Amino acid sequence: MAGMIEVRNLSKTFVTKDANVEALQDISLSIQKGDIYGIIGMSGAGKSTLVRCLNFLERPTTGTVEIEGRDLSTMREKELRAQRAEIAMIFQHFNLLMQKNVIDNICFPLLYGGVSTKDGGKKGAMSRKDARKRAQELLEIVGLTEKAKAYPSQLSGGQKQRVAIARALAANPKILLCDEATSALDPQTTQSILQLLKQINKDYGITIVIITHEMSVVREICSHVAIIGDGRLVEQGRVADIFSHPKTKEAKELIVKGRGEERRTLESHQKDMMKGKCCIRIVFSVNSSFEPVIANMVLRFGQPINILRADTKNVEGIARGEMILSLPDDVQMQKEMKAYLTERGLAVEEVDGYGMD
Amino acid sequence: MEWTNEMTIMMVDGVRETLFMTLLSTIFGYLLGLPMGVALAVTDKNGIRPNAVVYKILDVVANVVRSVPFLILLILIMPLTKLLVGRSYGTAATVVPLTVAAAPFIGRMIESSLNEVDRGVIEAAQSMGASTMTIIIRVLLVEARTSILVGVTIALGTILGYSAMAGIVGGGGLGDIAMRYGYYRYEKEIMFVAVILLVVLVQIFQTLGMKMSVKLDRRQR
Repeated sequence: MAGMIEVRNLSKTFVTKDANVEALQDISLSIQKGDIYGIIGMSGAGKSTLVRCLNFLERPTTGTVEIEGRDLSTMREKELRAQRAEIAMIFQHFNLLMQKNVIDNICFPLLYGGVSTKDGGKKGAMSRKDARKRAQELLEIVGLTEKAKAYPSQLSGGQKQRVAIARALAANPKILLCDEATSALDPQTTQSILQLLKQINKDYGITIVIITHEMSVVREICSHVAIIGDGRLVEQGRVADIFSHPKTKEAKELIVKGRGEERRTLESHQKDMMKGKCCIRIVFSVNSSFEPVIANMVLRFGQPINILRADTKNVEGIARGEMILSLPDDVQMQKEMKAYLTERGLAVEEVDGYGMD
Repeated sequence: MEWTNEMTIMMVDGVRETLFMTLLSTIFGYLLGLPMGVALAVTDKNGIRPNAVVYKILDVVANVVRSVPFLILLILIMPLTKLLVGRSYGTAATVVPLTVAAAPFIGRMIESSLNEVDRGVIEAAQSMGASTMTIIIRVLLVEARTSILVGVTIALGTILGYSAMAGIVGGGGLGDIAMRYGYYRYEKEIMFVAVILLVVLVQIFQTLGMKMSVKLDRRQR
């Protein structure tokens, strides 16, 4: 049976002044309906080009892409646009309209997307009123109803990605392409976005393709995975099989690299350690990573601090991350320490072992 | 020298004529320059519909018109002015060369405003199946509107400056007054008043334009 997405012998060559760059070579993939399919590779491996070939934002140089048995390369411009409405996409940098509020952003595909029959966007397939109603429903699904009138610049990264997901779902797509959708988010937010994607896949049966360089993302939600290295398909199969028996060097490397990322969820014995202790989660923001805040705090109070988890990530050149600290039992001391951290511009939040993940 | 009633009337007329020339030329300038700028941005090799031929033609036209000094342009296109307005002198006639001079300049500003729009947002619209026209109207022009408004402010100031040369063809306006009295007759007081009024006008345009663009920008906070 033909899959939802069939990629056959796809190659993409970029012609530049100096040389021809072969971004993708002879890639064949078969993605079934309802799969959460991960495409993983180091940066520069060509995965972003590959995902853009799936909705023909990039035309492959050779090879074919079929969506539900229909070859995209044979489609006229108009058919292709209608087809694209069924293949939604979310991005690393969210790509929301900055001058439009949340509701208007979500309405965009309904009013002006490929389903709209007329050029110029004068008349979409849906009335403005219906579109707004649908947008409200979608906001409920992504849990942002109170932000309907907010503008993207007033939202956090995670919230922006939720809006982008709502926008992607608006036109009832069959496929959702995610291009490094969690790479600009902190670990905790990444988790919540991945859970949302999982839920969408389960509730609506939408086939999801996830492009990422993080093995933890694949492990967390993907059913299948393809490993891309240097423009070629290195290995593909069920996630469980690849994890237990990686055949190629690239797969092994990614899995080893991925182990470092895996620490983001607490092991159960750590959770037990947190029982009865005062634990806080601190989130690093822009400036706080320059100052050795924790070390200074320990020196200042002369009390040891137990670091239960630490994770930083380089997001657009800024070290961003979080730590979970277990504070000493002295209540007065706890208060002072929290005040100390807050003063230094860190977001401090009390947590217990179970409300965390 | 004594300030007479006639002088006040002259100044009021000057302000009126200057505003007439500037505003009308800016409006016509945008009617021509906006489509031109959109076409430049869209057909650019990194645009949403690259077209080397169309881009090159518009590019050359813009450069040629922009490199002709305004005073020369004013005289060069007199036949066109006569054809459109019926005569080649007077305030209304000045609007034609002002528009011709402003359009490519405005086109370039529109082009650069649209080029500033985040590629990712355009790509998102494309991924939803939006057509080229939809992307222009609903994405490019909307996302760039703050920058476009700043452009309008700059255009008003520049065209106001050009309009001062309108005196050559009897166009009137404050610039004309300043030149006639200050340069030809050495009546410096009148020149100063005219220049101050010009400065005030530019200041008002600038302040209003900036206020509006800030107010319309949704990216703050």
